[in-house]
Amino acid sequence: MRAAGPRPFTHRKAQTMKSPRRATALAVVGLASVGLLSACAPAGDSGKTKLTVASLIPGTEQAAFDAFDARVAEFEKANPDIDVEGVEYEWTAETFTTQLAGGTLPDVYRIPLTDAKTLIANGQLADITAEVQALPYYDKFNPSVFEAVQGDGGKIYGIPREAYGMGLEYNRALFEEAGLDPDQPPTTWDEVREYAKTIAEKTGQAGYMQMTQGNTGGWQLTAATVARGGRMEEQDGDSWTVTADNDATREALQFLKDLRWTDNSMGSNFLFDWGGINQAFAAGQIGMYTGGSDLFTSLTRENNLDPDAYGLAAIPITEDPDAAVMGGGTLNVVNVKASDAVKAAAVKWIDFYDVSKLVDEDAAVADAKILADSDQAVGTPSLPIFDQATLDTSRGWIADYINVPQDQVAFFAEGNQGRTIVGEPPAHTQELYAALDVVVQAVLTDQNADIDALLAKVNTDVQALIDAD
Amino acid sequence: MTALERSRPSAPRTPLTWARGGGLSTLVFLLPLLFVFGIFSWKPIVEALVMSLQKTNLVTPATFVGLDNFAKVLSDPQLGTAVLNTGWFALLALVFGYPIPLVAAVLMSEVRRGRGLFSALAYLPVVVPPVVAVLLWKFFYDASPTGVFNTILGWAGIPPQPWLQTAATAMPSLVLEATWAAAGGTVIIYLAALTSVAPDLYDAAEIDGAGIWHKIWHVTLPQLRGVLLVTLILQVLGTAQVFLEPFLFTGGGPAGSTMTILLLIYKYAFQNSLGGDYGAATALSVLLAIVLALLSLLYLRATKRWSTE
Repeated sequence: MRAAGPRPFTHRKAQTMKSPRRATALAVVGLASVGLLSACAPAGDSGKTKLTVASLIPGTEQAAFDAFDARVAEFEKANPDIDVEGVEYEWTAETFTTQLAGGTLPDVYRIPLTDAKTLIANGQLADITAEVQALPYYDKFNPSVFEAVQGDGGKIYGIPREAYGMGLEYNRALFEEAGLDPDQPPTTWDEVREYAKTIAEKTGQAGYMQMTQGNTGGWQLTAATVARGGRMEEQDGDSWTVTADNDATREALQFLKDLRWTDNSMGSNFLFDWGGINQAFAAGQIGMYTGGSDLFTSLTRENNLDPDAYGLAAIPITEDPDAAVMGGGTLNVVNVKASDAVKAAAVKWIDFYDVSKLVDEDAAVADAKILADSDQAVGTPSLPIFDQATLDTSRGWIADYINVPQDQVAFFAEGNQGRTIVGEPPAHTQELYAALDVVVQAVLTDQNADIDALLAKVNTDVQALIDAD
Repeated sequence: MTALERSRPSAPRTPLTWARGGGLSTLVFLLPLLFVFGIFSWKPIVEALVMSLQKTNLVTPATFVGLDNFAKVLSDPQLGTAVLNTGWFALLALVFGYPIPLVAAVLMSEVRRGRGLFSALAYLPVVVPPVVAVLLWKFFYDASPTGVFNTILGWAGIPPQPWLQTAATAMPSLVLEATWAAAGGTVIIYLAALTSVAPDLYDAAEIDGAGIWHKIWHVTLPQLRGVLLVTLILQVLGTAQVFLEPFLFTGGGPAGSTMTILLLIYKYAFQNSLGGDYGAATALSVLLAIVLALLSLLYLRATKRWSTE
């Protein structure tokens, strides 16, 4: 502590400096604070409800954004009191968590079916019961899909948007180059192996590949397991048991091992997430892979795939009585912070943009026309969120606008007739998938990978998470 | 304060005298700095410390869980792998990445003409945005025989390499890119330090009959000692926090072989779409910070004697 003695020279100088400079400095600080305060004040209220909505995936071509903007203009014309602003949006586990925690999600956004229950339980989705119940078709949703958006006491927290089944995507151009008939896609896993080998030998590209990264490796391994009659999780009363070490998963991994190490038909690159494998496929580096039946839209819009090269077949399933097609879906949900006015506007938008086209002829035609005019995919294979008859009817309304080459994707619907659709494993889904990523990567990059030990570890690790709840 | 000082007659120190004495303008000029540091550096550090003791998804209210997060992190089997992988990265980066800039700087300082051009070339990779550089290298690392690097190797009759696609080669591939990306900055530091070496020393060494190697060994290196020690600890701190390369190149794969500590922290926080384990993520961050702080302290203590400063 310095005793109060003679002050240092500089301070004394400052003291005597009743100067304009000091006054200016203080004034600047003062003005800056006023500026900060005024920046915090709400913007001028035009009396309109401002609604931010998830638009398209970043990197989507301009024509698709133009089509989106045209739909927005149409909506705003019909609802002059609502001001819609589109926000680029792509659901990935990592970006979604960040946006959720940071509070930067738009008012209307999309989530996978599997995530709704936990988000509802955590109080992270807006309750839109009243708004949804006012929709004319609210009681007609497929009950197994609609169940996902319901919370305690029948409260509703979302609106089903689309449902898809896992299919076998294949590149018709590579098939032809390898001397295979693109109108005879493989229907069994043995045929997939055979075709993959031929493609690899004849074209030098990967005959078959699977996603491996960013939780998608586990996602696709689960689909391959379901197709062979296995399940990654089994329910026992209220509790879930992880059963990753089932025979079907072993079989699915052995299949990958055979293709990779015996046939060498999977190429040289093994680290692919969803975007990565789509890109490689569109570039003609992959003959076949499993993915959602709705991929065509994304492949043509983001990856510039030549539509003529696209083929979609049903995923092969084995003779096992439990063998099924794994499906999935997305939901439209509303930000938990939305006010009542915003919630009402949000449901109106969801109805307008995503759902009414399935139940209302005028809406269906208007939507299809805009998409077709801007060269966007119309008629991508999907599963019904109401029932099959409703889906078929809605397809009938827009028959003139359908531009997805139906003869190239018809194998999907034909092959799936009479098949059971199974949902994704519900308990700690993303962590299960992440743990399985490691297994898939190990099998593809290490010839001596110990499948049994790897799967046992997944069981232990993910079960520990479930038990800790 | 001594009794003598206390007894000295002086005006009592009041806020008014403090303000008259120029305290106010000092404070005004200090405020922006305090504000920026407080909001962007100290507040997050304190909040991270608090969060490491909480269970939170950042949406619903947080609950205090004591040291549970630390226990969880320390018992996670992935931690061992991450520590070993990070150590492996740091070692490889040290063996390859540390000497290369030094050698380059010494060679460049010997060049008489076009030194500016060489420094610009060496510094160019630092100018390339890191994400762009990694995406570019990812393309180079294509493991098929038609990949860029494999094609070049093919000219020399070397068979295609798997690069990022096997556990054994993935980490060295990351280090190769990281070295390329970071060397330029260190080269510039060394070049600057080299100019401060008095030319008389070289002249004296020359008169004593020293060749180029003797001059480097007995003059250059001892003169650069202080800078070398600083860049070494900076490199160790940097490599212990490696994130960008494994995140963008491999996502921690194949099969966890490039899972580093920072990537593990990231996965705790963001892998689960339903609200990450931010408590565990911050707990591991705090542990890493403590370890690195201790390491730096030990290092500074140990090297104090050798330092020129």
